[in-house]
Amino acid sequence: MVATFEPKTDYKVVGTRPIRHDGYDKVTGRAVYGADMKLPGLIWAVCVRSPHAHAKIKSIDTSAAEASTGVFAVITGSDMPKAQSKLVDLGEGNINFKWASNKLMADDKVLYKGHPVAAVAAADRYAAEEAARKVVVEYEVLPSVTNVVDALAEDAPILLDDLVGDDLGKDVNNTNMAAHERHEFGDVEGAMKTAAHTIEREYNMQMVHQGYIEPHNATATWDEENRVKVWTSTQGAFTARTQIAGILQIPISSVKVTPLEIGGGFGGKIPVYFEPLAALLSKKSGRPVKMVMERTAVFETTGPTPGARMIIKLGADANGKLVAATADIWFEAGANPGAFIDPAAQCVYAPYEIPNTRIDGWDVLVNKPKVAPYRAPGSPQVAFAMETAVDELCEQAGWDSMQFRIDNASKEGTRRGDGVLFSKIGMQEVLEAATASDHWNSPVGEAPAGKKRGRGIANGYWFNIGLKSSANLSLNSDGTVQLTEGSTDIGGSRTSMAMHVAEVLGIGAHDVRPTVGDTESIGYTDVTGGSRTTYATGYACWIAANNLVEELKKRVAILWDIDENDVDFNDGVFSSKSEQKKTISFKDLAGKLEDLGGPANSTGSVDLESAGDGFGMHIADVEIDLKTGKTDIVRYTTIHDVGTAIHPSYVEGQMQGGAVQGIGWALNEEYFMTDEGSMANSSFLDYRMPTSLDLPKIETVIVEVPNPLHPYGVRGVGETPICPPIPAIANAIKDAVGVRLYKTPMNAGSIVDALK
Amino acid sequence: MAHVFLPYVLRKYAGGVETVDMPADTLGELIEKLEDNYPGMKRHLIVDDALKPGLAAIVGHTATRRGLLQKLTPDVEVHFIKAISGG
Repeated sequence: MVATFEPKTDYKVVGTRPIRHDGYDKVTGRAVYGADMKLPGLIWAVCVRSPHAHAKIKSIDTSAAEASTGVFAVITGSDMPKAQSKLVDLGEGNINFKWASNKLMADDKVLYKGHPVAAVAAADRYAAEEAARKVVVEYEVLPSVTNVVDALAEDAPILLDDLVGDDLGKDVNNTNMAAHERHEFGDVEGAMKTAAHTIEREYNMQMVHQGYIEPHNATATWDEENRVKVWTSTQGAFTARTQIAGILQIPISSVKVTPLEIGGGFGGKIPVYFEPLAALLSKKSGRPVKMVMERTAVFETTGPTPGARMIIKLGADANGKLVAATADIWFEAGANPGAFIDPAAQCVYAPYEIPNTRIDGWDVLVNKPKVAPYRAPGSPQVAFAMETAVDELCEQAGWDSMQFRIDNASKEGTRRGDGVLFSKIGMQEVLEAATASDHWNSPVGEAPAGKKRGRGIANGYWFNIGLKSSANLSLNSDGTVQLTEGSTDIGGSRTSMAMHVAEVLGIGAHDVRPTVGDTESIGYTDVTGGSRTTYATGYACWIAANNLVEELKKRVAILWDIDENDVDFNDGVFSSKSEQKKTISFKDLAGKLEDLGGPANSTGSVDLESAGDGFGMHIADVEIDLKTGKTDIVRYTTIHDVGTAIHPSYVEGQMQGGAVQGIGWALNEEYFMTDEGSMANSSFLDYRMPTSLDLPKIETVIVEVPNPLHPYGVRGVGETPICPPIPAIANAIKDAVGVRLYKTPMNAGSIVDALK
Repeated sequence: MAHVFLPYVLRKYAGGVETVDMPADTLGELIEKLEDNYPGMKRHLIVDDALKPGLAAIVGHTATRRGLLQKLTPDVEVHFIKAISGG
């Protein structure tokens, strides 16, 4: 039975904006990141990477590198333990350790430019780099494919000879198609025939990167007892441990992962890259080994999100109600399977109630790095297709696109594209907030000469998740509380966790000192991802705090020599139910524990079902230079149902951050691939992400429809905000200059071309 | 009676229908009865006496964390979808 909670509003701590606990360390440089790691005897390692996107490795000669000055160890694919090709549950998805291992170090074939073929550990980074240049690799270069159309062509070069594709349940050999899946309900064809208005369009999107500022890194030791210790920048210490142990083929109990501060992840730091390599080099050298990735390698070899080809068809009746929809979705997986076609299917129609739908998705291998999660993986792509198709349908039929979205909004009981029924959701409330917003009710304004302005809107959706989290509390004698929790803190979550505890205990947020634990100091906790952290780890903190209260009631009973059932607790004060004059504050009690049984500790853990669906709408005003095609965002508003905002500043930060990443994806960002399969823009100089100088203040409207599955009503907000920006901007461009773009990035050049 | 919304690849075992109704007290019992009535389904759902890695069962509106032990209430709707978290 799933516990449910009645919404409350009379919070003391929840909903306030305390200064983040890690703030001073972050701004003064005291916070410890992976690049700061130092250990006695530490040596450095670097990778030798393939210059080719697709090639057979004919031979590798490491002898000159091994003889190079200062070198301690060299590894190649032959040093990687041979993992079985089998799917293993990773908690929030699955992993095939053979593919995961091959992604880190090529075996007999390289599958993408930058694919590691060897790694060299030496006394310092420069010695390692010099030795790496002495590794001689003989390649037989193969033709490469970098998009789904080429990869599925009959004569396409095959990436993985042993891949067995799954085509709607049938095995397929000699293919780059890892999977073809379908979701369908209702009478799609019949309903489409009855539609008074239909539209069918194709959309294409280039691969983009999460663009976290801190590169991947790892420091590892492998000691004489075969114990592996890893310090790394990760979104989940326990998930990293599972991957490291699986790739190295050792028990998870042999691996300890300490998560360091993390300079951004957005999903891209769920997979491991350097951790197993540093461990193997440590085993071989007997020294602690440190690896820090260069920016080019971050782009070329880690976590992009899929490029996509999509065809959407919508049908609506004469009254403006959607009656049918179809979606065909091809996603680039990179060099191994796993392109997020399932979440795309779950998200594509989610903001709308459509009685008859079909979705076909294809997971396609290409000679690019294996994709990784990126904020709502799969959802921004399908939002671009769906939300611009909705706008174009309205335009053709002469309907107001906001009213159309209101009339067709999903609600409790609506069936999602994969068939799942929604419980209580906030889509309608989001649309009400959007239509009531200052932005929506203000004119777009006049553009200066030579420019035009337009406004676009779009919905977005992410399902959010629950899963496992743990928290420990320890009461100090001065009334403060030490909190250890398992979620790495990317966006200020440790303060939100402290606030969960403080609200229960009736103390201030800064009376709780939060720490992120390693895999041996806190119970299992799933990744910081899936918009789950404040929901699930916050829930675990809430349980731990309530357990601490119950423990302290026993101590009060000793103090007053009464039955513990006679002890009450409200707003930070213990009292006797039978003798109301007897009271003692939480803090005063903390100072008396010496004679009342000693230390008071508690723990909380959860394994939660679904977290509560997240919906949002964005409003974008753009100004386009008709001569150069440059697009400026002149006003931008994000509206999201977040359940309850524990720390509104962090919620706003997630809304603004997601919007900015989506704006970059819409206007500029792309993997610009050469004919040889290389990324031509693998630096922040050429990979154009928006900065604060490019954007206005992103306005936020927080809608709070409390989630009954969380004690304070949290839903999660980390992902939905990246879904609406791309279509909102596409729709705004159309409104401004009258041309509709079906491909990202919608950069200056493509606008100029469209205006010709 | 649980209402099972069949994934597309399982519909061929049930004559192409979207949903089937099946009396069962737990998710494990439900899958056994699906196999009894529509042979071939089980291998898509279970590996080594547990839900297939990467598969999630939605019971009602939520993804169960009890696996095959999940109790089913009368008239509950059951889905089998891929387990995905996000970024």
